Amino acid sequence: MFSTSALVAGVAILVVLAAVAIFLVAESLPAFLANPADISSDGSGFWGLVGPLVFGTIWAAALALLISLPLSIGIALFISHIAPRKLAQGLGYIIDLLAAVPSVVFGLWGITVLAPAVQPFFVWLVDNLGWIPFFAGPVSGTGRTVLTVAIVLAVMILPIITAIAREVFLQTPRLHEEAALALGATRWEMIQMAVLPFGRPGLISATMLGLGRALGETMAVAMVLSPSVIISFALLQSQNPTTIAANIALNFPEASGIGVNVLIGTGLLLFIITLIVNSIARVAINRRKAFSGAN
Amino acid sequence: MTTMTMNRPVVASGYRPLTKRVQLTTLGLSVVVAFGIFFILDLGGATHNFNIIGAVVVAAVLDIILIYVLSRISEGRRKATDRLMTGLVTTAFLVTLLPLISLIFTTVVNGLPRFDIDFFGSSMRNVVGAGGGGLHALIGTLEITGAATLISVPVGLLSAIYLVEYGRGRLAQAITFFVDVMTGIPSIVAGLFAFALFAIFFGPGIRFGIGGAVALSVLMIPVVVRSTEEMLKLVPNELREAAFALGVPKWLTIVKVVLPTAIAGIVTGVMLSISRIIGETAPLLIIVGMSTSMNYDLFSDRMATLPVFVYTEYANQGMDTQAYLDRAWTSALVLILIVMALNLVARLISHFLSPKGLR
Amino acid sequence: MSKRIEINDLNVYYSNFLAVEGVSLTIEPRTVTAFIGPSGCGKSTLLRTINRMHEVIPGARVEGEVLIDGQDLYGPGIDPVVVRRQVGMVFQRPNPFPTMSIRDNVIAGVKLNNRKMSKSDADNLVEQSLQGANLWNEVKDRLDKPGSGLSGGQQQRLCIARAIAVSPDVLLMDEPCSALDPISTLAIEDLIGELKNEFTIVIVTHNMQQASRVSDRTAFFNISGTGEPGKLIEFDDTTTIFENPHVQSTEDYISGRFG
Repeated sequence: MFSTSALVAGVAILVVLAAVAIFLVAESLPAFLANPADISSDGSGFWGLVGPLVFGTIWAAALALLISLPLSIGIALFISHIAPRKLAQGLGYIIDLLAAVPSVVFGLWGITVLAPAVQPFFVWLVDNLGWIPFFAGPVSGTGRTVLTVAIVLAVMILPIITAIAREVFLQTPRLHEEAALALGATRWEMIQMAVLPFGRPGLISATMLGLGRALGETMAVAMVLSPSVIISFALLQSQNPTTIAANIALNFPEASGIGVNVLIGTGLLLFIITLIVNSIARVAINRRKAFSGAN
Repeated sequence: MTTMTMNRPVVASGYRPLTKRVQLTTLGLSVVVAFGIFFILDLGGATHNFNIIGAVVVAAVLDIILIYVLSRISEGRRKATDRLMTGLVTTAFLVTLLPLISLIFTTVVNGLPRFDIDFFGSSMRNVVGAGGGGLHALIGTLEITGAATLISVPVGLLSAIYLVEYGRGRLAQAITFFVDVMTGIPSIVAGLFAFALFAIFFGPGIRFGIGGAVALSVLMIPVVVRSTEEMLKLVPNELREAAFALGVPKWLTIVKVVLPTAIAGIVTGVMLSISRIIGETAPLLIIVGMSTSMNYDLFSDRMATLPVFVYTEYANQGMDTQAYLDRAWTSALVLILIVMALNLVARLISHFLSPKGLR
Repeated sequence: MSKRIEINDLNVYYSNFLAVEGVSLTIEPRTVTAFIGPSGCGKSTLLRTINRMHEVIPGARVEGEVLIDGQDLYGPGIDPVVVRRQVGMVFQRPNPFPTMSIRDNVIAGVKLNNRKMSKSDADNLVEQSLQGANLWNEVKDRLDKPGSGLSGGQQQRLCIARAIAVSPDVLLMDEPCSALDPISTLAIEDLIGELKNEFTIVIVTHNMQQASRVSDRTAFFNISGTGEPGKLIEFDDTTTIFENPHVQSTEDYISGRFG
């Protein structure tokens, strides 16, 4: 009886996941099959709309990761190997606090505090480094650009990456660390010799999990970005490629008819992208478990 | 021979370690110079306001460079690199504190003006401009989160029990893998799923609270499974064996020995998972929608929730912009307070209720 | 209360690995039998087959018979749960339930099986079992305190009290003193001497002095190499095994020339 109900619950999870996939496919089929002219005015159809969205999603997430990854590794090292032992746990909690802030609050903060604060800096970048394509003008007057979004996303995924990185750094075998120190290594050389190589597979999966979160993050992007459906690498302009998730959030409440199916279709795509990214992360984690002999 | 080795200096000649005093002097110098630069820029009109954050960052960079150069001269390349990296890593930590402090500070400052009885005593029914409150949203959030918890906890708990106590072979592996995959489902996709599910039965205009609860459950179940799994694995096998050896059947062993031993950790995990989903906005925006009035009924009609309330108050500012923004910030403050409280209680529970024998 | 154990040509497998091969021995009621031998020789594994605890490990199975008073434990329709109520077990490390008081730990076997019991019956059982485990005088004032607050030796005696509270016929002990200090060990050994008046006791131990002190009969197990199955080498009266063994490898092991 009891074991059966436990089994049923376990299987229910598989069913739910399958249901997610099936229902999303069912509801997005009309969008795949519809006449392109019904979907967008220029007749490019579903895939014409989706291209820029997929680009925007990956672009914003990649930028966020670029900012977040070095910071996260730094913080994780600081907490695990540099800060005084007594402080370390408290500092960990502080970073975890960031994970507790709801994304809509990040959105509100991003648009009212961060965007105005970084806008003058953006002006300076465009004026002085405008010859680099990423910083090409004209500069956005509001600061609601893809770079600002990337900063907000970076702050949001930072606690995720930090938490895992901290964990793997702390698991470095003490013997390896002491062996390095006994050879006369400085602390940084010890980190290079023992901690980082040991933590690399863990870092890969942490990165992937952070990326997965950044890809799917909705409200912060929807609120901060001034969006358009374009493909552009410029970071500081007022025309920015929007993301799948933000596009759904902004347009779903008013959508009707085939529009709903199109949005669900893009959601299915997002689901698949994050599924791939997360699967890579899991494989990396499982590999590490198999080889490290830990647990 | 022996005397020679013993007389060899322990430290290579020319090695003069940087004293604490040198380090502090360098730091002070950097701060003075950095603030000086910004002060002059300010006077010259190059920047609009005295930029404290900018000055701090410049001071930090300056300090790191100075220490590196000094150390390179007196302590050698390796020690200098060590100091450089230590400085960078510490800076990374401090830089991250900036957004956190800024975010909490702004939320508190902007949220306090409307953190009043009116906010907790009234809905937005017939309110245009100033006044009104978020009671309807607070109730909606509590109801939907409660429903999501009611769905997720039994499923999550039993699944974890299956995985740890019964699961063997392919099926268990598949469930573990897909639970991990589910952890990564974007919240908006969960919202779309709930919508797609209910739209098939009730038509595309469907908006109701229980749909939101289903969407949140999709996000919550994997978190509950994971944390419960971890806690069950911490229960020593010896306790299970002790119970088996007394002739206790497996299911009673689980219910009466394993679960009570792990209960503190499990409750902590559940509370943390609630704190994870209570601030979710996107799925609720899609399947629950928004309402200005009180709606206690999970099974019919749109419902207000705090996160969506934050969003709509910001997105649809009326004539009296400030009133809308104030309500948005206050809701944000309430949300953060709820989440922090859940986190705090969770930590206290795990700290005080864990059986002593397991430490 | 006490019963005879017969093991007939028993093989124990973990999946495809044969851990114990061809063991046959008879254990008389009201005796203490010690299993000795080097690590990995299968003595603990064999012990766990006597109350079907080895089945807890996935893939473990047996061939052959284990009879208790003529009834095959592995016969069709025999519920391992029922077997374990008749054959109690004490483990290597003391494992009182951390969520329960001393009192609840003692009657755990009854309570966990959802059997109802009047308070006075329960009180009697607690006192009897703790008396039986020589623990009553030390803990009678703090029965409601958690069992994990006791010392290691006391915890182990609590576990013995817990095992005898379900009134089994046989008591299996898997290196019960290996985690204890010498004084606690002595207390347990004395207790074993008293318990054998009521129970058939089988004890696995690495400590040969202990085996010679507490047991009436001793079984020596050995393996010929890693990956090989453990076998019963010699089974005889303890005095014979320790003073005049018939097999060379037994003598080597006893005299410390081996392992």
